[in-house]
Amino acid sequence: MEHIELFFKSIFIDNMVFATFLGMCSYLAVSKKVTTAVGLGAAVIFVLAITVPLNWLLDQFILQPGALSWLGAEYADYDLSFLSFIMFIATIATMVQLVEIIVEKFSPSLYNSLGIFLPLIAVNCAILGGSLFMQSREIATLGLATTYGIGSGIGWFLAILAIAAIREKIRYSNVPAPLRGLGITFIITGLMAIGFMSFGGMLTGGDEEGEALEDKSAQIETVQDKSTTNEIANNTKVID
Amino acid sequence: MGKDTKLILDPLADNNPITIQVLGICSALAITAELEASIVMSISVLFVLGVGNVVISLMRNIIPSKIRIIVQLIVVATLVIIVDLVLKAFAYELSKTLSVFVGLIITNCIIMGRFEAFALGNGPWRSFLDGIGNSLGYAVILIIVGFFRELLGSGTLLGIKILGDPVAKTGLYAFGYENNGFMLLSPMALIVVGIIIWVQRSRNKALIED
Repeated sequence: MEHIELFFKSIFIDNMVFATFLGMCSYLAVSKKVTTAVGLGAAVIFVLAITVPLNWLLDQFILQPGALSWLGAEYADYDLSFLSFIMFIATIATMVQLVEIIVEKFSPSLYNSLGIFLPLIAVNCAILGGSLFMQSREIATLGLATTYGIGSGIGWFLAILAIAAIREKIRYSNVPAPLRGLGITFIITGLMAIGFMSFGGMLTGGDEEGEALEDKSAQIETVQDKSTTNEIANNTKVID
Repeated sequence: MGKDTKLILDPLADNNPITIQVLGICSALAITAELEASIVMSISVLFVLGVGNVVISLMRNIIPSKIRIIVQLIVVATLVIIVDLVLKAFAYELSKTLSVFVGLIITNCIIMGRFEAFALGNGPWRSFLDGIGNSLGYAVILIIVGFFRELLGSGTLLGIKILGDPVAKTGLYAFGYENNGFMLLSPMALIVVGIIIWVQRSRNKALIED
């Protein structure tokens, strides 16, 4: 249950792109065609699914205050958490190199179409962000960390797939010239992010603050329900 | 205009890292709900990019090109750790607000982008100017976005109540003005940047795509 909750939470509510703006650079740069977007999205899922659990292990057994106690009692006081940035980014850079080798061997066409962007996954904020959020949200077990990694990856994948599809269609629309390209993409992303915020009411339970918020939103929802039923009633009258 | 002045002035408008080069978007959007956070973030990037560009430029002839990304990451990570520790020591509350986004300066594409595009091919002094110029260009956008989001969203600037007190109904609020809480939510940052791009490209037609 915990796993399912975290999984959906990381896909929709804490969506990497729409809630935290991570990985925006490659999100904007590689979303001109659906096929390349799918390739990059898949690579991000893969890298996140590996690096988040790996960095979780690093965090638990090396970096946290007192994490070195498995080496012996005299190491129990060490706090290496200031090294997390370097450790995380080194793990990520290595894993990305590995993915690059694998993709080059098994799918040369994907390798060619991803081009320069594959090495740039190393500097994709979504990857490092996944590990840093995993650390700051204090995810409890290795299994949950894996779920979190995969979920965040799928969330990013969905986001880039959606924007790539929209950008392919919008080429045929008459956008004001100064907004063409980057500008309209920003505004669409903003609107999509507003849409994704509506997933916020999907989860129940959690901390007290969350419950208080939910009470309010529940009230708002009931009010909205009433107004929508009224509207529907009015509409049907009009149709009649 | 001299070459060196051009290095600093170009990124401020016509070659802006955010609106033209599309670098460093993530942090630009996530932390701009308050002006203070935007300013601190800009200063951090200014430090990291200025020093990092000089270091990479000094080492540019001894870095093997195959492992240059890892070398660059280590340089940036070291500088970011310094920034993070300084922030934690002198501005603890603020470092909580910025949370992981200080760490994410490491993967801020501005930094890697300028290392790759400039510092690897130019001398230390020019690289330093380029670093300063680009981080100032980044700062301009951050401060504009932060300014509008804080002013319209909570009616304050740097925490000072500019528009009066919303609870006691003084200043503008006496006339029925309300804060637009929507501006504080993250999607509005995207739309504000979109509008900045719109304005900029309407003024300078040469920048229009397609």
